[in-house]
Amino acid sequence: MNKDVFKLGGHEFTSRFVLGSGKYSLDLIDAAIKHAKAQIITLALRRANSETDNILDYIPEGITLLPNTSGARTAEEAVRIAKLARACGCGNFVKVEIMRDSKYLLPDNTETIKATEILANDGFVVMPYMYPDLNVARDLANVGASCIMPLAAPIGSNKGLATRDFIKILIDEIDLPIIVDAGIGRPSQACEAMEMGCAAVMANTAIATAGNIPQMAEAFGKAIEAGRTAYLAGLGRVLDSGAAASSPLTGFLAD
Amino acid sequence: MEKRLNHMEYLPDMEQINPEIRNKVINAYKCYNQNKYTEKDVQNALKADVLAPHDFGSLLSPAALPFLEQIAKRAREKKRQFFGDNIYVFTPIYISNYCENYCVYCGFNCHNKIRRAKLDYDAIEKEMQAISKTGLEEILILTGESRNMSDVQYIGKACEIAKKYFKMVGIEVYPMNSNEYEYLHKCGVDYVTVFQETYNSDKYETLHLAGHKRIFPYRIEAQERALMGGMRGVAFAALLGLDDFRKDAFATGMHAYLLQRKYPHAEISISCPRLRPIINNDKINPKDVHERQLLQVMCAYRLFLPFANITISTRERAEFRDNVINICATKISAGVSTGIGGHTDEAEQGDDQFEIADTRNVDEVLQAICERGLQPVMNDYVYV
Repeated sequence: MNKDVFKLGGHEFTSRFVLGSGKYSLDLIDAAIKHAKAQIITLALRRANSETDNILDYIPEGITLLPNTSGARTAEEAVRIAKLARACGCGNFVKVEIMRDSKYLLPDNTETIKATEILANDGFVVMPYMYPDLNVARDLANVGASCIMPLAAPIGSNKGLATRDFIKILIDEIDLPIIVDAGIGRPSQACEAMEMGCAAVMANTAIATAGNIPQMAEAFGKAIEAGRTAYLAGLGRVLDSGAAASSPLTGFLAD
Repeated sequence: MEKRLNHMEYLPDMEQINPEIRNKVINAYKCYNQNKYTEKDVQNALKADVLAPHDFGSLLSPAALPFLEQIAKRAREKKRQFFGDNIYVFTPIYISNYCENYCVYCGFNCHNKIRRAKLDYDAIEKEMQAISKTGLEEILILTGESRNMSDVQYIGKACEIAKKYFKMVGIEVYPMNSNEYEYLHKCGVDYVTVFQETYNSDKYETLHLAGHKRIFPYRIEAQERALMGGMRGVAFAALLGLDDFRKDAFATGMHAYLLQRKYPHAEISISCPRLRPIINNDKINPKDVHERQLLQVMCAYRLFLPFANITISTRERAEFRDNVINICATKISAGVSTGIGGHTDEAEQGDDQFEIADTRNVDEVLQAICERGLQPVMNDYVYV
């Protein structure tokens, strides 16, 4: 059997867990990464913009940094933040996050398409965070996105796959990796996203608000792995009516 | 007897904007009836995921006080959901205490015989250098309210100096027109704080006897003009204890709520000052806002506006501050001096606006944050 590898932006990863770093103690980042066996970690550039206690100093070597553009309200601001991140040595991956709403932090899909095009043309590996909309996902793919990152539920809500049906449409129709981002609250929900065919899962608040952060990171890592294995194995059928008839209706056919 | 200005009439040169939000906030203040809420209302508010104004009103009411422990637990959950373990640390710097207003409760008011001072640009630079050495990366620049002694250009220049040493610069100065906020934004400012003091316009008139601050509508519309001028965030506060604190807290929350609905991108902050002892004036004493009530107000803000920053003042004692950052507050000041020139070794040039209760330096505050398992954050912002 071929080794299951997650390819993104010319890199290969064996882990499909994109770990957030934004809401918990910097001292726990290293332990969370190790327990989760994560290889990609997101960070807000605005947090890496600190000289006193810089989050970058807490991330172990060999981990791929995924700076995000949080704080951007327009495509123009996102582009500026992305370029600043690259200039700060964060590499050429960027998660585009553009929010014009401070209450729910819902992404602005229109501005996200604009920023994705500019950044993709500038050599970035662009990972756009978006509200799951098929037309927008197609536009993002056409302008050079490396993957699509639909939200599962409002960010930080831990409500799980509230947009399940729309994410499934993206999985079925878009050729890029679909990485569920925002709203995943439990390992079982992350597992379900992977069973559906998502390429990876991103989680932050679910881990940051857990009683034991490294342990929860580990639980997510295992759940994502289990979900991926189940997807590759091919899920068994589910019968709506509860059982299969032992005497088929077509059993009378003779030739 | 000196003829007082009509406190509801704009002065020449004061920008007038659409009064819709102002009218709604004043109406909210007038209509808030703290005695109509029942135990059942409070329980419903505690169950709600997204609170409506009615729920907010119930959590501020006397009926909610017996539920303070449950309210605090719910507030803590919401705080963790939106902010995780992060606690933002900053310090204020007072660069001038000249003031043209006559606010009867304030240590800086124009009739108080205190030492007045205004830092020149060299002194501002030295203060900024001294503060930045403590590791802080966010600063709030304050002045007394005197356009003559601290004009917009002076404040702008101070902000440009601050921007050399700090990632994030906010101002708490006199309200101004949107084009002046736009100018200050270009000087590096992104956050504007204006305390309304009280939303009771009748009471406001009796407390603000002279100066531009007397003009109630111009002050209440300051945050909206700041957003029109391109600022990223605005902060609100009533000085709890000046008037009925529950009504003022309700109006403060509604003010922030309504403005965020009109300007969805706006980042919202709320401060929660109570009256503290002040120089030459002990006429007013906030007997009605005890720590229990203050915590109730802060938790109600947290649950109604879970995405907003809540700042805890150095007017409060250290133990209270250390506990509320674990419940509802997200922002704490450290190494505070409310005098003019109080951050360098040189002698303070001007008197303090008020006495502070928490005199800890930056390292001590950072240590206290870490001891509670929280993460001090010096900067979570980039100027774009």
